[in-house]
Amino acid sequence: MLAYILRRVGMAALVIFVALSVNFAIPRLMPGDPVEQQFAAISAAGGQVGDIKAAMQAMRERLGLDQPVWRQYLAFLGNSARLELGVSVASYPQRVSEIVLAGLPWTVGLLGTATLISFGLGTLMGALMAWPRTPRLLKLLAVPVVVLSAIPYFILGVVLMAVLGIMWPVLPVAGGFPFGMVLNADLPSFRAILYHAVLPGMSIVLASLGTWAIAMRGMVVGVLGEDYIMLAEAKGLPERRIFLAYGVRNALLPQFTSLALKLGLLVSGAILVEVIFAYPGIGYRLYVAIGQKDVFVVQGIVLLLSVSIALAMLVLDLLYPLIDPRVAAR
Amino acid sequence: MRKGGMWALFRREPLLPVGLAVLLALALLSVLAPLFVDTSLAAIGSTPPRRPPSALHWLGSDTQGRDVLASLLSAVPQTLMIGLLAGLIGLAVGGLLGLVAGWFGGLADAMIRTAADVMMTIPAIAVLVLVGTSVRSMSVGLMALVVAGLSWMVPARAVRAQVLSLRERPWIDVARLNGLSPLRIILADLLPNLAPYLAASFVVAVSTAMLATIGLEALGLGPQNQLTLGMMIYWAQYSGAILRGMWWWWVPPVVALALIFVALLAVSLGMDRVVNARLREEG
Repeated sequence: MLAYILRRVGMAALVIFVALSVNFAIPRLMPGDPVEQQFAAISAAGGQVGDIKAAMQAMRERLGLDQPVWRQYLAFLGNSARLELGVSVASYPQRVSEIVLAGLPWTVGLLGTATLISFGLGTLMGALMAWPRTPRLLKLLAVPVVVLSAIPYFILGVVLMAVLGIMWPVLPVAGGFPFGMVLNADLPSFRAILYHAVLPGMSIVLASLGTWAIAMRGMVVGVLGEDYIMLAEAKGLPERRIFLAYGVRNALLPQFTSLALKLGLLVSGAILVEVIFAYPGIGYRLYVAIGQKDVFVVQGIVLLLSVSIALAMLVLDLLYPLIDPRVAAR
Repeated sequence: MRKGGMWALFRREPLLPVGLAVLLALALLSVLAPLFVDTSLAAIGSTPPRRPPSALHWLGSDTQGRDVLASLLSAVPQTLMIGLLAGLIGLAVGGLLGLVAGWFGGLADAMIRTAADVMMTIPAIAVLVLVGTSVRSMSVGLMALVVAGLSWMVPARAVRAQVLSLRERPWIDVARLNGLSPLRIILADLLPNLAPYLAASFVVAVSTAMLATIGLEALGLGPQNQLTLGMMIYWAQYSGAILRGMWWWWVPPVVALALIFVALLAVSLGMDRVVNARLREEG
């Protein structure tokens, strides 16, 4: 058991270390440095920068880019460990960690809710698809849902936006709350937030429903072929009871495992949906930062994406033996 | 399995030929396009901008004066090419690593497995964004290369698992006892049996690669002066085509992408059933 825990913790640490190193190395492997890029942008925009060479040198010193690489690397690791991600270049005094933290609740709220809804609906649908008594018409409904699951979230978002936001304008197409509204912890704010989350949430739910349904159907069909189902039938148990208590119940376990895995992907799952709907979460902030060439914000968000997944996987790995003790025994 | 060959297989798994036919039709359409449509109209400023569909321009034009039909027909092959190229490289690298890991085991196996696990945990979009923001200019080839570097893990794992089970089979022992070299055994006895798994993971690799590139393009990090389906959607979204009701601009690339992904799903579902049927026959 201890070996298992150590192995999982070691793996998570390795992932975070690799993510940090990639984050450090890639921008430095490419030609040009961020200072040069920034100044090129300023002078291209016709800004008055005076003696460019001296200013660039000063900026490099300030960012520590004149130090040897190994020293920069150690400083980078130390800063990251203290969650010191630097400051935004585009909106200067603001800290990167503030920007990231401000986006986090939006992303987790939108994606968490959408994932739970589509998990519930999809699992139900998959179980119904596997039940022999389900009416044919209902089974046919599964076809469009499975087809939708092939289409990327944000493509579906574009279509939904055009149909329900522009052609037949019943839902807001952009933002997380009405423009200019001050959010409080009261009912009107809550309703406004919910209202704005419908379209982006719907694109995620519609696009992921099919995946849950296919997986659940496969599991139930597999379980219904087991010997203990035959025994239950031989005992003369009612069909409905066999299906629910023996079939569905046993198929649910792996389904919950994938739910946990999916929740680990919460932060990175719907970046593009946020971009399309200008939803104020992590993904939209990443898009804005890319557009503004705000290097440190981009790096901070990218780091968050990897680290959050590594930590979520670790938590899942540590909890899993409680559900299924066979895992740790191997 | 071989009885009746390809046609029998297609008849049993109708999803497979349907998906393949759609992909082939799209590829053919865009290869033959220059015969029917003047693809030079896909250049900026070659037609009057912002025109709805007409007899002259079947799908209208965008805000920069590009004919949408011509753009679409030159974007489809680019997008398909990125997917195929990245999928092929990913499959080759992943397949090789999986083979090495499964056949030799030991330290090589441990290293390759750990690397695959680490790379699978780090989201592809994170690495893509880092590369995309660091390079001066993005091109279709570079994008395919980067995406390929992120799509070798699934083939590597699938091949490794298969090799592990295949190498315990009696006929491999026979080959070994006959004194055949490992290379010969791998080529003559392992690879033919791996083919369906390689094909299945190739489809997955192509699909993941295209999804990743489109994601990168939608974030504005795609090739700025080359046309792909993702870039078409990006420009349409960037110029507010949806809000301005210019449906002729954003609907065609969206439909094309949806078609490609549904076709890929059909192929992969069909392929899965073939592989599973094989498993059942053997087991």
